[in-house]
Amino acid sequence: MNTSVITINELTQCFNGTKAVDQLSLEVRAGEIFGFLGHNGAGKTTTVRLLNGVIEATSGSMRVLGFDPKVDGPALRARTGVLTETPSLDERLTAWDNLSIYADLYGVPRADVRQRIKGLLTEFDLADRASERVGGYSKGMKQRLALARALLHKPELIFLDEATSGLDPISAHHVDELIERMARRENRTVFLTTHNLVEAQKLCDRVAVLEHGRLVALGTPAELTRQYVHRLDVEIEVSEGQIPVAQGVLRSLPEMVLGEPARTNGALVVTINRHESIPDVLACLVQNDIRVYRLASQEANLEQVYFTLHEEEEGVQ
Amino acid sequence: MNTRAMAAIIKKDLKVIRQNKGVVVPIIIISLVFFVVMPGLSALIPSVVNGVGGDLFDISDIEKLIAKMPPGLQQELSGLNMSQKVTKYFLVYMMAPMLMLIPILVASTIAADSFAGEKERKTIEALLYTPTTDRELFVAKLLSAWLTAIALTLAGFGLYIVVGNMAAWPQMQRIFFPNAMWLVLIIWVVPAVVGLGISVMVLASARAQGVQDATQVGAIVTLPIIGLFYMQVTGAMYFNIFIMFLLGLVAWLLTGLLIWLGSRSFQRKRILAS
Repeated sequence: MNTSVITINELTQCFNGTKAVDQLSLEVRAGEIFGFLGHNGAGKTTTVRLLNGVIEATSGSMRVLGFDPKVDGPALRARTGVLTETPSLDERLTAWDNLSIYADLYGVPRADVRQRIKGLLTEFDLADRASERVGGYSKGMKQRLALARALLHKPELIFLDEATSGLDPISAHHVDELIERMARRENRTVFLTTHNLVEAQKLCDRVAVLEHGRLVALGTPAELTRQYVHRLDVEIEVSEGQIPVAQGVLRSLPEMVLGEPARTNGALVVTINRHESIPDVLACLVQNDIRVYRLASQEANLEQVYFTLHEEEEGVQ
Repeated sequence: MNTRAMAAIIKKDLKVIRQNKGVVVPIIIISLVFFVVMPGLSALIPSVVNGVGGDLFDISDIEKLIAKMPPGLQQELSGLNMSQKVTKYFLVYMMAPMLMLIPILVASTIAADSFAGEKERKTIEALLYTPTTDRELFVAKLLSAWLTAIALTLAGFGLYIVVGNMAAWPQMQRIFFPNAMWLVLIIWVVPAVVGLGISVMVLASARAQGVQDATQVGAIVTLPIIGLFYMQVTGAMYFNIFIMFLLGLVAWLLTGLLIWLGSRSFQRKRILAS
């Protein structure tokens, strides 16, 4: 788990004077699911291209599976699988043709090609329509086929650019399970580029957040929430008749309670400045003879981390 | 060179082209017109010469036209009666430059689909993530367009020879072509002209965002051929073995130069940046 699969040092990529990737340094370990988060144009796809030797970096260095992508691109790409943001399938060809051509391109042993394709088409629930042209497929089916293509040669390192984009919830769940299986059971490394923060929270061992090509956060989802999300939402249930009094008490604590206490489903929801303030807020309510039936803090998540970082960055900009 | 991967790219391109009606239908129609209808028209030559069905031409006009042709061509036509002269002139000499348009059109249409079309359909990116080198990708794509265009045009020329000889049989009473000049045309010039059509399209595709853009730029390559046709019809020159050899040589040299330039533009980093 500690062997480094990707090592990036001060990687920079400029396009016409604009920095798409700016002094990026990070490490991805073998067997982990690494989330790469960022808004559109943050530099995620450019980084994936750089890591596969498809484009050359302006400056900086990197090693991927022990290779320098700039020098050993073909050898490296034989061991990586990439699901591109758009499925990039030949829509005039059948699913089978799409896969068999790429089996040759990736050098899958000839004797294994049929079995490998059959297995993947079954795995992705496309076996019944293998001989149909891909142009007639739904968006989700195309995405599944593109994912099958990325796994055709059993790559050690898999780059998934928005893997579940366009999939219905059941298919998305299936893909999530597959990603977990590849990493946990087969010890393959997954580099997951996504906008889906819930998915990243659920799947990723560690995540990196990119803003305007720069790395602004790196760590496990738990580390990042502890580090970046200080305020938290707390639901407080009091008796119906005491709600106005409770609201008054909470309003009198502006150093701890941020904003206006909101009334939702018979309870009050307030934003508290930090975790350590919860006992003090509760004590104040009790001291004012308010009977508190329930107090539940909502768990901070990557979404909050992401928005906090984004707000900070926008402030810097 | 990873020959298996290259063969896969060629196979893929051929399958994709075969499925593309927008490419296949125009090629079939143009080929039928040039390789079947045009030589078939030579069956009408006696009617033209003899004025059957009305005075279509004055025979003296045709005689004057042939008299204006270069001496070498007049020598080629000597000993033939007027119908035979017109038939041979039409099928063997006048149509030769015209027929070179076909390999160029076929080659450039296929190359546009293979290079610019792949970009337009957004299928190029997955291909760029494969373990193939830039050179393997480039050569495989050139070969897929070149082999297809050569196969189609050779078949078309074969058809032209068969239909032309059959239609002209009543006048000529023998198989009178292909002659040596035509063999040079088919073996030496056509492959070079196909290469020229493809290489121009490779360069055009490097900056084009789609097939239409590339085709518009690539159409420029037909201009010299139209010029040759004009020169042949007006008698400014006529196609003989030497001219054919020279023409082929120029086309090969240009093809080599343009392919070298094209290979520089066909690099992963440039494709994704454009």
